[in-house]
Amino acid sequence: MDLNYKATELRLGLPGTDDLPATMKSKKRSSPEMCPDESRSIPPAKSQVVGWPPVRCYRKNALQGKKMEVGSYVKVSMDGAPYLRKVDLRVYKSYGELMKGLEEMFKCIIGLYNEKELGYNGSMHAPTYEDKEGDWMLVGDVPWDMFLTSCKRLRIMKANEAKGLAI
Amino acid sequence: MAYSFPEEVLEHVFSFISSEKDRNAVSLVCKSWYEMERWCRRRIFVGNCYAVNPKIMIRRFPEVKSIELKGKPHFADFNLVPEGWGGYVYPWIVEIARGYPCLEEIRLKRMVVTDESLELISKSFKNFKVLVLSSCEGFSTDGLAAIAANCRNLRVLELRECEVEDLSGHWLSHFPDSCTSLESLNIACLLSEVSFSALERLVARSPNLKTLRLNRNVPLEKLSTLLQLAPQLVEFGTGVYSAEIRSDVYASLTEAFSGCKNLKGLSGFWEVIPAYLPAFYSVCSRLTTLNLSYATAQSPELTKIVSQCHNLQRLLVCLDAYLYPIQVLDYIEDTGLNALALSCKDLQELRVFPSDPFVADANVLLTEQGLVSVSEGCPKLQSVLYFCRQMSNSALITIANNRPNLTCFRLCILEPRAPDYVTFEPLDAGFGAIVENCKQLRRLSMSGLLTDRVFEHIGTHGKKLDMLSVAFAGESDLGLHHVLSGCDSLRKLEIRDCPFGDKALLANASKLETMRSLWMSSCGVSFGACKLLGEKMPGLNVEVIDERENLDSLHESCPVEKLYIYRTVAGQRWGSNKVLKKALLVKESD
Repeated sequence: MDLNYKATELRLGLPGTDDLPATMKSKKRSSPEMCPDESRSIPPAKSQVVGWPPVRCYRKNALQGKKMEVGSYVKVSMDGAPYLRKVDLRVYKSYGELMKGLEEMFKCIIGLYNEKELGYNGSMHAPTYEDKEGDWMLVGDVPWDMFLTSCKRLRIMKANEAKGLAI
Repeated sequence: MAYSFPEEVLEHVFSFISSEKDRNAVSLVCKSWYEMERWCRRRIFVGNCYAVNPKIMIRRFPEVKSIELKGKPHFADFNLVPEGWGGYVYPWIVEIARGYPCLEEIRLKRMVVTDESLELISKSFKNFKVLVLSSCEGFSTDGLAAIAANCRNLRVLELRECEVEDLSGHWLSHFPDSCTSLESLNIACLLSEVSFSALERLVARSPNLKTLRLNRNVPLEKLSTLLQLAPQLVEFGTGVYSAEIRSDVYASLTEAFSGCKNLKGLSGFWEVIPAYLPAFYSVCSRLTTLNLSYATAQSPELTKIVSQCHNLQRLLVCLDAYLYPIQVLDYIEDTGLNALALSCKDLQELRVFPSDPFVADANVLLTEQGLVSVSEGCPKLQSVLYFCRQMSNSALITIANNRPNLTCFRLCILEPRAPDYVTFEPLDAGFGAIVENCKQLRRLSMSGLLTDRVFEHIGTHGKKLDMLSVAFAGESDLGLHHVLSGCDSLRKLEIRDCPFGDKALLANASKLETMRSLWMSSCGVSFGACKLLGEKMPGLNVEVIDERENLDSLHESCPVEKLYIYRTVAGQRWGSNKVLKKALLVKESD
């Protein structure tokens, strides 16, 4: 029987947490470096019992699909263009598809994210986005799923202005 | 004895008797009452589609207008019943299409409904009015198109938590322009987009529309359009309740909601953006039902909402374990449910779902406190479904003392066999108090660490218990014996992962004929016992559901994986093999 001694220990931190901050599941604190795996899967040690807890598949699917707190339509601006556009991020399944969509929308060439050089070298434009914390990031750094949940708006910058982000 | 009422008078009297039980009692009085009753019965409820055969039903009741059928056992909701087990409605539709051309209503639950069935329905009943499909599967939007196109006087089309193959959103356009009779439309479970303009026009030409439940894909920006077209709505289900925050959208939504003076029930709310919640505050004081269970409610928002819903009778909510504020080291305050206890004195039903039931090592706990508060503060509380991570005997006893009027108590402690978190004892005493104090209890689901003692309490006190669900509980056959021998009103018993074997089952075989059904999976009932039961009890179908290979060579003493026993007058489902009641072979690859 686990008498849960840990709960009575005096230490800094929320009850129930281990010392490693990486196990803290609080939504408000998570950042990509600490909790890279946003999908909450059962720790491997516990075996999955079929049909337990007794939650209908319908409800399970509905609750898992609810992760996006931001609406999927985001505004897209391009430096020099007079009008903003809107894209539904959920329509795209990858960065490649998103880039193609943006290129068609703005009749520009963005190219693909170059992983080795961590940027869009060789093109006139660089796609950037504002994340939930209000920071401007280069599109492509984080996994697609994480991007979907954190992107609030997009801005296609002139390549020379975006250089600072790529480092 | 020549005194008897003329038939017309009796028929008129019978027309006031609507409950099936009463109708059945009436038909047992004497032959002439039986005859008269059967001609004027208009509604039929078949709780197990394999208990009776449609031909028998049609022969006895020739003038039925409404039929309700249920198929798969309840545990099918949790994936315990394999594909291909059954519950096919088509054979029933074929018979009732022939036998009841004037049928008006069909309600199905947990059945496999094909497009063919829907097409047949749409073409067979000229005055068809109501179709309600709950937890059904097997059909596509093509079947829905047939219903829309052919049922000229359709009043109700409700798809509740069905699995529908979405081929196109255009099925809605199949409602002809002349169709103005819709009173209820529930498409909440459809995954793809329906044509909004078709929906808009349909709503605009349906002045009697009282219930409208949209699916996820109807954007929040469009809700005000629909609400303005149908301000008479009584029940409304939103789509996704999130959008970019815009004051014009917010303003028109607020105005649209305040124009709905008859709104009593709200649902939907997938993906909530809290900033838009106040838009419906104007209707809160009139709400009697609120279903927020598809969005994780954050405590402050939930508190604000329920504090305004003074007439709330029914609340479904999903609580996020991670956003509970932690005040003291091991005390967690649940402000949302506390607010409910303070504000909603008319509350009758509460369902609390976990937002992420599969994370085992949550920091913050869904505790028993919220339920205890509600049991204290809400004197009319009758029905509870509550998921939590920890429970104690003392909390259960408190709840039992507070609410002896409970009729339905379903508690799911997420960890199987979890003991009382304070004393580490089994929860026998707690659940015992529930059955002892709540004398009208009809439905009970238990969880946590439970020994045979809790079953003894149930057998002794659970005299009105109609349905019992048990998982990971008990120690021996004595547990099952207590329930089968003691629960006089028991009709449905479902058991999984309990150490119950042959003895109690065989000793109480005759009890099974007084019940609708018994489900046992991952228990210890042997193949031999199943065969024996099947042989001895001709009024029962004993179905062994087992996904292992070579079922034919299964040894007598080998425990079966799953067992479903039900009483029936329809005979066996397959063949006429008297010795071995059919073992259903289902390979995992299917």
